[in-house]
Amino acid sequence: MRCTRCRGQEACLEIRRHNAAYCEDCFLGFFRDQVARAIEHDKMFRRDEPVLVAVSGGKDSLALWDVLLDAGYETAGFYISLAIPGYSEPSREKCEVFAAARGARLIVVDLEQEYGLGIADTAQRTARAPCSACGLSKRYLFNKVALDNGFRVIATGHNLDDEAATLFGNVLRWQTGYLGRQAPVLPEEDGLVKKVKPLYRLAERETAAYAVLRGIDYIVEECPMSRGAKSLLYKDLLNQLEAASPGSKQSFLLGFLDKARPLFHEQEEVELHPCEQCGQPTTTPLCAFCRLRAEVARPRRPRGGGRRRDGRGGPREAAPPVHAAGAPLAATSGLAIPLTPAEP
Amino acid sequence: MKVILRHPERREVTIEGRRRVGDLLRELGLQPEAYLVIRDSRLLTRDAQLEEADTIEVRPVISGG
Repeated sequence: MRCTRCRGQEACLEIRRHNAAYCEDCFLGFFRDQVARAIEHDKMFRRDEPVLVAVSGGKDSLALWDVLLDAGYETAGFYISLAIPGYSEPSREKCEVFAAARGARLIVVDLEQEYGLGIADTAQRTARAPCSACGLSKRYLFNKVALDNGFRVIATGHNLDDEAATLFGNVLRWQTGYLGRQAPVLPEEDGLVKKVKPLYRLAERETAAYAVLRGIDYIVEECPMSRGAKSLLYKDLLNQLEAASPGSKQSFLLGFLDKARPLFHEQEEVELHPCEQCGQPTTTPLCAFCRLRAEVARPRRPRGGGRRRDGRGGPREAAPPVHAAGAPLAATSGLAIPLTPAEP
Repeated sequence: MKVILRHPERREVTIEGRRRVGDLLRELGLQPEAYLVIRDSRLLTRDAQLEEADTIEVRPVISGG
């Protein structure tokens, strides 16, 4: 297969929704063009505006940071150590190596050491899905760390597949509030920094291809806590649709943003005020993050500590957390921060 | 050829004979949209011919949670 752009080189990646196939150089050009188009078209940030890039060690966030650095934007990376055994350590190392190789600043927050909220432990203690505790903590810290370090914009690596899967889940449950808040740009307001997703026009396969071609060493293994997550099921279903009808994911997402989201957005009105404990914006007296910390800090009540019918007595093991990942939180959490997966 | 799979965990399988990338993915029951096929650090399109002596990585691209 030949490159459809330069027509000379062998293609390395086919993009069926554009009826195109690109060689390495033309693909990298296409990728950068798509990011530049998103930044300009959606007025994400200006050339002179510092941007905090949320990085996880995965392909999307490191590809985003790479493309922004390469384009000359002033950026810093922000990594949250989630205390997920066997996963957090290598993913942190990927971010540190990436930043060091480029002489870029990396801000690191350790969720367990600084807030007592390691994800595996929090999920156990609260019977909350790990992805739910992770998403809540990330949304909170993205905003707080951006503000504390003088950034007015935070960029995340959400791609077309992430956004289409989130949209699919919200449509399945007709979560109209979340549909009104799903957008590639969420403006700065009442203590919330601007949040942008410059990769929303690029498929997950394209961000992976960019990372491979650029020699970015990212963590390929899936987060062990995300097994069984609904977002993975939605992505699989959408990819089946895409295989039969190329362009379906893109038209689903971009059509929604263009034609349907404004209708839901008009219905959306929330009043924000500072959390009584931490001062971060929330719709409830205490923000969801502070409530989560309080819940985790409470002494564990023994479950089934009384005598059992069989007379053996003693505490039973706590039930494993029900995994309903992908379920948005803010309706019940009071945290008025966008309801998309926190960071792929 | 030797095929390195990375999902759900890393493992290697051996496949007899030559075939195209698209045919290999179909035989493995994998969605083309969800994987990259890599040979010697180069990305391959679905019409690329794989040879008996090749070592191929089939890398998943889907992340979630």
